[in-house]
Parts: sequence; structure tokens; C-alpha cells
Amino acid sequence: MMTGWTMLFYKEVLRFWKVSFQTVAAPVLTAVMYLMIFGHVLEAHVQVYDGVSYTAFLIPGLVMMSVLQNAFANSSSSMVQSKIMGNLVFLLLTPLSHWSWFFAYALSAMVRGLLVGAGVLLAGVLFVWQSSVLNFSLMPTQPLWVLTFAVLGALMLGTLGLIAGLWADKFDQMAAFQNFIIMPMTFLSGVFYSIHSLPNFWQSVSHLNPFFYMIDGFRFGFFGQSDVSPWLSLGVVGVCLTAVSAIALHLLRTGYKIRG
Amino acid sequence: MPAISFQSVSKTFQTARGPFQALDGVRFDVQKGEFFGLLGPNGAGKTTLISILAGLAKATSGSVLVHGVDVATQSAQARRMLGVVPQELVFDPFFNVREALKFQSGYFGVKHNDDWIDELLHSLGLADKAHHNMRQLSGGMKRRMLVAQALVHKPPVIVLDEPTAGVDVELRQTLWQFIAKLNREGSTVLLTTHYLEEAEALCGRIAMLKNGKVVALDSTTELLKAASSNVLRFKLDAELPPALAAMARVTGRIVQFPAHDALEIERYLAAVREAGLHAQDVEIRKADLEDVFLDVMHQHEEVAL
Repeated sequence: MMTGWTMLFYKEVLRFWKVSFQTVAAPVLTAVMYLMIFGHVLEAHVQVYDGVSYTAFLIPGLVMMSVLQNAFANSSSSMVQSKIMGNLVFLLLTPLSHWSWFFAYALSAMVRGLLVGAGVLLAGVLFVWQSSVLNFSLMPTQPLWVLTFAVLGALMLGTLGLIAGLWADKFDQMAAFQNFIIMPMTFLSGVFYSIHSLPNFWQSVSHLNPFFYMIDGFRFGFFGQSDVSPWLSLGVVGVCLTAVSAIALHLLRTGYKIRG
Repeated sequence: MPAISFQSVSKTFQTARGPFQALDGVRFDVQKGEFFGLLGPNGAGKTTLISILAGLAKATSGSVLVHGVDVATQSAQARRMLGVVPQELVFDPFFNVREALKFQSGYFGVKHNDDWIDELLHSLGLADKAHHNMRQLSGGMKRRMLVAQALVHKPPVIVLDEPTAGVDVELRQTLWQFIAKLNREGSTVLLTTHYLEEAEALCGRIAMLKNGKVVALDSTTELLKAASSNVLRFKLDAELPPALAAMARVTGRIVQFPAHDALEIERYLAAVREAGLHAQDVEIRKADLEDVFLDVMHQHEEVAL
């Protein structure tokens, strides 16, 4: 049932690795820019949790944001490019099952997300180390939570990217998906702030955003403090991941937009 | 058991202008080891039929079996037996030639396939391009790569959808020698082409498709026999009178009349002379598949009217 999926996974990893300057180095640089600007401006003015400086709060948020955005970018761009270039036919002609497609695309997206996330974290550590003002450790207090949320979040966005890639017929449709759904959801998830600092209405809205739970749970692994319980976050992320996976598998099984 | 069995395959597309029937009850078998030609004008439904066979599209009704395996319900098993060369010149710009072939092997679960990959590269004249990126290949080389990718898992049934469109003569020869060799070694070949002389030279049997229906299905020899045995061909500088033109095939200055015997030939020439025209470069040749093809397509036009 799963024959050949490892080769597709390998191909998908190699695909982004061959252009790692754009797919890994560039997003790390973007995150470092956010870190320098927001960290510099807000470090002295904002403190979210007791004993946690703003920059320390910001770095895990940026790491997770990078994980999510790059996981999404990987599967979505691969799928939509293959569809538009027409080379998806090489996969359509094979006996690869919908499970194989699903695992190959989701896991390769996860690999890119985690790789970029690791790069951003490393950049964050260097940033703190070279600073004369900042004085804290980025060592996670509960690394298992960090890993769990990074993996689940990356898988979820990799799967969403796959769905978006199957759905979009043109690059501008993909850009719309990214700009109107993925970007607002990541920015409104508490990457740059604690949602407790928001007015009540926006707090309630944020609680409907699954991205909030990914970032909150991920941050809990670093500081042992979070806006909601990590177990609640785990539950929400688990349910969402199951739901998007079911949708992606259904679309692949029926050949939605890829088999006429 | 036939290699491929099309069983009343129909396909209707929903378009903005309403439903369009691309295939209408197509039914024929391709036997194991055959070199089979599928001919028809543009829009006849050839590619749609191949797409359904390959699992790229679903039939609205009917079914297709490959070695007795249904392509819709047991798709994985059926696809393992098929090597399909798509019509569009597609490639993955991220990878080189050898990588693309390794991936394709892997998708079919074929491991340690380097020997066969080397043989494919060699037979298709791509050996020195193995480490070139797909983008660097010329159109003809990309076309040969499509063939290599289709054959990487050694399928018993090879399907070629217009593989020689836009390919130069030398390359066409290399390609056909290789495919003919595979056919001699037992592979079944289903070919669609616009080059009728190619089909005539290679295919043992031929099906002709028009408006989604099979309008002729016979061995190439029988199809040629059934057609007028000779063709009278000459050039004219002026226009043929309408009464004569209706019987002839006119391509620019070249006029061709189907003819069975000397009397008929004399009659045509006399009619041309009476019309005050001067036939040049007169020759009489054997009918070929192109004549059969045009005959068959023409007959069905009249029926349709």
C-alpha cells in the first residue's frame, strides 16, 4: 500500500534542498530581521510573562512561525508547480497510493519547516549571545513539548499546503491562499504578543485560531508558562491535524483536480 | 487474455457550452505482443482514451482492462503493467536526467535499477546527458526522456501518445528501432501518431477513431487492400472544376484521384483535358495508409451529414 513513498519523500526533500538558499537560508534571514527590529524596539517596553524578557518571548514565536510558514510553502509550491508545469503526470502514472502521496508531501514539508525552525533558533541563540543587554538562556525547560508542537504544527501546515496546492489552478490563487489565510492566521496567533494583552473580543477570536494553540504550546516548552494549558493546545492541534489530514487524503483518493 | 481491452468506454466532459461527448462506446482489444496503431484526426478522442487507460482520467461509463486488471478499481496493479509516454513535453526542472529516472523507478518500487537505467540511456542516446539538468535538454532529448521514464519499470504494455511530434528524422529512427526491439522481445505497443507512414510501417493492426467512435478496425494489410489500389497524382496550375474536385484530394497544386484500373485513370485525365487544364508531373502510385485514412474519415463525414 505504501510502496515507493520513501522515494517521493526523498525527491520532495531534495527538491527544496537543491535550492536551499531560497528555501532555508532566506526564511531564516527574514526571521532574524523581525527579531532585530521587534526585539530592539520592544525589549524595554513589553514584558509578557514574569521573569521572561520580550526577546526571549519573541524568539520561540518566530521559530514556530517560520516552521509553519515554510512547511506550508514547501508542499503548496511543489504541488502547484508540478500541476502547472505538467510534470505531476509522472506521479499520476505510478501506482503510488493516496497514503504514499500524503506521507511524502506532509513529511517532506515537515523536514523543511523543522530545518528552517532550527536555523531561526540558532540565529536567536547567536543574537542573544552577542548582545550586551540580553541575558537569558533559550534552553527549553520541557523539550518534549517543543518537539511535539513543532512536529505537529509542521505536519498540519504541510498538509494544508498540500490541500491548497491541489485546489489552486494558478500561482495567484496560491498567493491569495497564502496572503488571506495563512499570513493573517500566523500573525494573529500571538507570535509577537500574548493574546492576554488584546481586548476581550480579539482574545475570543484568537481562541478560534488553531495557530494560536501551536505557538502557545510550543512556547510552553521553553518557559513552562503559556496562555492556555499545553494539554488543551495539544488536543486542539491534534483534532485540527486529523481533520486536515482526512481532507487531504480524501482529495488525493478521489483525484480532486488532478485526475480528469 | 488481451493486453488491453476497451469495453464500451464513454466519456462526457461538462463544458461551459453543455456536455461534450469525447468518447462514445469505444470497444476493441489489443492482443499481447501486438504493435497497435490508434489513428484519428485532432479531437477524435485518442488522448482521452489513452488518459483513461493510464488512470489520468475516469471513464463516464465502460471499463478498461490491462492484462485483465481493471484500471479504475485495481489502479495500482494496472499501472505497474503500463508504461505511458505522455503527449505533452513535460519535465521536472529541479533534477537531472539520472535523478529523474531513479525517482521514477522508486515510485514503482523498483530498487537497484541502475543497469536498466544505463541501458535505457544508452539505447535512447542520452548516456552523455545523464548528469545534465532536465532544463538543459533540447526538445528531442526531452521527448526521449519521456520514453525512458515510461520504460523504467519494464512494463509489458507500452503506450505512446504521439511520441514523434516535433522530433527530427534521425531521432525518430532511433526511437522506433528501440521500441520495435522491445516489441520483438514481447512488449505490447499501443501507438497514436499523426505520421501515417509511421503507423503503416510499424503497426500490425490499426483502429481509427473519429468523433469518439471507432470507424475502422483491421489489420494494416486488410485496410490497405480495401482501399483503392492506386492513386493518380499530378500537379495543376489552375483550379479544378468543382465536379472533379469533389472526387479528388487537392493539396495546393497537387491533385490525387483514387483509381482502380487504367480505364479510370484515362477517364480522369480526359476530364482534366476537357476542362482545358494541363496536368504536369503525372504519376501513378500505390495507395497508402493516408489514402485509407482520408477515405475512412470522408465516408463518415457523409454519414454524419
